[in-house]
Amino acid sequence: MRDDKNRVMNLNKNNLALTGGAAAAEALKQINPDVMPVYPITPQTPIIEVFAKMVADGEAATVMIEVESEHSAMSAAVGAQAAGARAMTASSSQGIMLMSEILPIASGMRLPILMFVSARAISAPINIHGDHEDVMAVRDLGWIQFFSENSQEVYDNTFIALKLAEKARMPAMVIMDGFLTSHSVENLEILETPLVRKFIGEYEPKNNLLDMENPMTFGPVSLPNSFFEFKRQQIEAMNGVLTEYENVAEEYEKISGRNHDIFESYQLDDAERAIVVAGSTAGTVKVAVDELREQGEKVGLLKIKLFRPFPYQQIAEALKNVKNIAVLDRTVPLGSNAPIFSEIINSLFELKISNCQLHSYIYGLGGREIFKEDIKKVFDDLKSESKEKVKYIGLK
Amino acid sequence: MNKQLTKKLAPGHATCAGCGIPAIVRTVLGATDDPVVVVNATGCLEVTSTLYPYSAWKVPWIHNAFENAAATAAGVDGAVKALRKKSKIPADKKIKIVVFGGDGGTYDIGLQSFSGALERGHDFLYVCYDNGAYMNTGGQRSGATPYGADTETTPAGKNSFGKKEKRKDLMSIVIAHHLKYAAQANVAYLTDLKMKAKKALEMEGPRFLLVLQPCTNLWKYPTSEYVRIGKLATETNFWPLYEFENGKYKINWATENPKPLEEFLKTQGRFKHLFKPGNEKVIEEMQKAVDEEWRRLVNLAEI
Repeated sequence: MRDDKNRVMNLNKNNLALTGGAAAAEALKQINPDVMPVYPITPQTPIIEVFAKMVADGEAATVMIEVESEHSAMSAAVGAQAAGARAMTASSSQGIMLMSEILPIASGMRLPILMFVSARAISAPINIHGDHEDVMAVRDLGWIQFFSENSQEVYDNTFIALKLAEKARMPAMVIMDGFLTSHSVENLEILETPLVRKFIGEYEPKNNLLDMENPMTFGPVSLPNSFFEFKRQQIEAMNGVLTEYENVAEEYEKISGRNHDIFESYQLDDAERAIVVAGSTAGTVKVAVDELREQGEKVGLLKIKLFRPFPYQQIAEALKNVKNIAVLDRTVPLGSNAPIFSEIINSLFELKISNCQLHSYIYGLGGREIFKEDIKKVFDDLKSESKEKVKYIGLK
Repeated sequence: MNKQLTKKLAPGHATCAGCGIPAIVRTVLGATDDPVVVVNATGCLEVTSTLYPYSAWKVPWIHNAFENAAATAAGVDGAVKALRKKSKIPADKKIKIVVFGGDGGTYDIGLQSFSGALERGHDFLYVCYDNGAYMNTGGQRSGATPYGADTETTPAGKNSFGKKEKRKDLMSIVIAHHLKYAAQANVAYLTDLKMKAKKALEMEGPRFLLVLQPCTNLWKYPTSEYVRIGKLATETNFWPLYEFENGKYKINWATENPKPLEEFLKTQGRFKHLFKPGNEKVIEEMQKAVDEEWRRLVNLAEI
């Protein structure tokens, strides 16, 4: 076992204390991807550095390509995956923005590339800290998106995301909060590698560029008489992920003993007031919920995990009896409702639920801290009728 | 059509009458019997050869975007290496990766990813067909457009003699990446192109061919004339044929008495304005630049 800043020794070999970045690298090592084009950006670097050392030490047989930009990282991943390889990469912030031209090409060519994202603010002004602006900016480009609360979820989401991606032939992002998760050491339980390998299976591409006997044309020109049909197929493939999710999560539960519903309900069944949030802040909300519950307050949490495709129906079902809901977004809404808030409105509309109060809160931009007391204040706030449409947590 | 020629790129593609791109592709790919995978940058070749549901390609072909053909090839190269390690590709099966990009996709928007792939030493042959402008979008200037040329974005007019900047020296940029082989060729000299393609395809690591492709639309000349005009480019020393191989330069075609550059310029509508009174100096400057470049090349070849 490596003993460095990203890993802490633990006596039980399956119980490790890892940063989110190192947890991603651990999952990568067990997958043993074929090709990994990488380009460094803070706070994604622990993922690629830890994994590069694993490759250097012979723990994974991956071909690393140290490209000259994120644009080329995603471009090379497209080339490699089309050529029948399992290709993976990792990025963040400006890197995601730079590769954003190629993200819909990966999904349009139906290539199940896996990418880790250490979610971070986007410029300007430049800021290297955690928020969700980068992943939200690319949310509609045909990538499956998983938010992770902690190292354990980064690790577990990786295998579930990969399996769903390869079944749907759509790419997937496993998202962790920059620094908050990527650089924080947390305990997690890992699986035995053979179990992981059995769960993910061998990658068998439906179409393979290197099939020399049956040459195929990848990425042709499509005019108005065919483009629409290609896109319709993608829509169906994305929707299929929702149908497939339960089976894959169940199969994963069998090998890991860990339940991974499409979202997490925490004290939600009888809650009168609830917070909806994605990422590491869910941990803070859980602590606040526990403390308020002890005082007899009926509060709960709905933690978003699968954000694309969005499970509208299931989320509406889970929220239908909650009177007051605060939706917390770690994104700048410029001239629109914040993204998670919008999706909750859409969900409730789907079930024609109109007897609840919905409130939009913006928090944590550019890494601004959010504390348990802030969360308690939100729950308190939900008791009173407020006319403000959008509220800001921790804004000076 | 000759069956051997159309083995890899079929007839029925939609390039313009008088376009030399298919001849470049067929000559290059015809220079090897090993299996090839083609990576294509966005551009004339890509657009005209893969109009869904049709494809003129009889070999595996991939198009990703405009500026990333070399990075895409890097990924394919990575996949070949990874799959060989895992014995999913037999060790004795040779796979050649050939990239085709136009001058816009190579000199300009794709230069960064091209440079990265050259520096990393991927195993691929990059072929740039250079028609000297963005022709897929209708003739805008690129970094490859010659000084003095009239294009849609550098139009000649009362206050302008066309493009005011010299063409980027892509060959020198490529050679600065310490690769084994780079050569300048011309579609009007197919035997020379085939010799260079064959040599390049037999090597490993990054290799480069820069091929002149007279474009009837931009250059503005009758479609039947492309071979003659291509030849004039070389006969006037505007487009010398040369190789850079293992650190040495070699000129492949030379004459004691090169034709004056005017002979080349006057055949094309894009230089027509240069022959109007007041622009004499532009042609003089162009001739001077051609002579200087030739002398530089001769010196390099003598080292």
